[in-house]
Amino acid sequence: MVSIRIPTPLRGHVGGASSVELAGGTVGEVLRELAQRHEKLRGRLFNEQGELNRFVNVFLNDEDIRFLQGLDTKLKDGDGVKLVPAIAGGSAGKVYDQGAGR
Amino acid sequence: MSFVRALTCKECGTAYPVVPRMICDECFGPVEVSYDYAAMRGVVTRERIESGPRSLWRYRDLLPIEGEPRAGLRSGFTPLVRAERLGRELGVRELYLKDDSANYPTFSYKDRVVAVALTRAMEFGFDTVGCASTGNLAHAVAAHAAAAGLKAVVFIPHDLEAGKVVATLVFGPRLVKIRGNYDDVNRLCTEVADEYGWAIVNVNLRPYYTEGAKTHGFEIAEQLGWRLPKHTVVPVAGGTILPKVWKAYRELVELGLVADDSAHIHAAQAKGCNPVARAIESGADQFQPQKPNTIAKSIAIGNPADGPYAIRVVRDSGGFAASATDAEILDAIERLARTEGIFTEPAGGTTLACAIKLIESGRIPRDETICVSITGNGLKTIEVQEGRLPEVPVIEARLEAFAAIVGPPEAAAPPQEAEAR
Repeated sequence: MVSIRIPTPLRGHVGGASSVELAGGTVGEVLRELAQRHEKLRGRLFNEQGELNRFVNVFLNDEDIRFLQGLDTKLKDGDGVKLVPAIAGGSAGKVYDQGAGR
Repeated sequence: MSFVRALTCKECGTAYPVVPRMICDECFGPVEVSYDYAAMRGVVTRERIESGPRSLWRYRDLLPIEGEPRAGLRSGFTPLVRAERLGRELGVRELYLKDDSANYPTFSYKDRVVAVALTRAMEFGFDTVGCASTGNLAHAVAAHAAAAGLKAVVFIPHDLEAGKVVATLVFGPRLVKIRGNYDDVNRLCTEVADEYGWAIVNVNLRPYYTEGAKTHGFEIAEQLGWRLPKHTVVPVAGGTILPKVWKAYRELVELGLVADDSAHIHAAQAKGCNPVARAIESGADQFQPQKPNTIAKSIAIGNPADGPYAIRVVRDSGGFAASATDAEILDAIERLARTEGIFTEPAGGTTLACAIKLIESGRIPRDETICVSITGNGLKTIEVQEGRLPEVPVIEARLEAFAAIVGPPEAAAPPQEAEAR
């Protein structure tokens, strides 16, 4: 089992819990399991292509999974996974999309 | 009165009331302050701004506060220096330095963002403010909090320059060093903001905090005689100031205070931490986070919160990016000192070094107006110069002893020009 720490803005979607215990072989597996169990969370964690929302940073034992193997990063019993809002990280904003292409 | 309309998600456009909030509940995107520009038109004029205080608060109509300014009353309105000697050396016609190394009271551009964030924090009723910092923000939060009578909790990486630690501690904040780099500090602070009821200025007050960075851009335009430089070179750390300089320029155009002369914004980063410059150079929309390794610690952020917006602004404005090695950064610090009498920290050295590269590669034409943002002061990072400056002779207080070093009066060479680099 691994524990997944849920940030405040997402707790409403998991019944108020600050962390959730799940089993799975990779970071992607446990996050997809989490999204499976909590329908409302799915659209906030993953986009339509099943990729991680760019505004959610995922840490495994305090290391950003982008420095590991991303969603394919292997888990072992007792690992801690953290979901942390990227604050403003991720991709470019729609504000500027309208002006792009010049 | 205030022209603030709402907090608006930069991604999906959802509007929220003006409260401490950093992200959108719907999509997790960042929220930004939006204003009623229609109401400003004809009211916010050059005359109104020029009759305001000689501080960043002369632009208060374009800042997200409700009442009177309550922090940083003398911050901002730093010199815009026409760099004649450096410009001649580089063969450019019109070179300016926006010199926030002279900002008050903590000698970096961070006085701007903290002035706005702490005024807002007090309006919201917070009694404790904090930040995740690479040093300059720590210094600014601690100083402004002391002056405002607020409690401060400041988080920094464990290996910052001694000057920044001392300059922060002297104000009496609770200072915590984190084993790790800035990105580790920032992640912890995001969790702290989530759990404790404090105003972490660059986390849960981030929409207000970042707006303060616009004043750097407003001042450049006003001090140039209400016009935009054709090229502005801005350092990228968390990616806050670069998009806000652009926003400042766009707002001035929107209000008819400057002509739209299509300003280009260029990004400067250290080679040892250049996720944004890399993305721009390779044409990618998203940056790959990095583990920083550079002497430019104040801009060593491998996972920049506003990096994506820095990338987009550079691209939309027709700018470009460059990266500077540690050696180039140090050379630029000394070159700036010897030509213009300004001592900046490695962040400023990075920006100048990158500006030089962009000029030499032709990305910035030599006959167009160029402004380089100098965002911090070298007195806080004296360690980096170690071993680079000459040994200083110690002599007896006798004329013969002096003559033994420099030669007789008629033969003595002027001390500096000879070794101009």
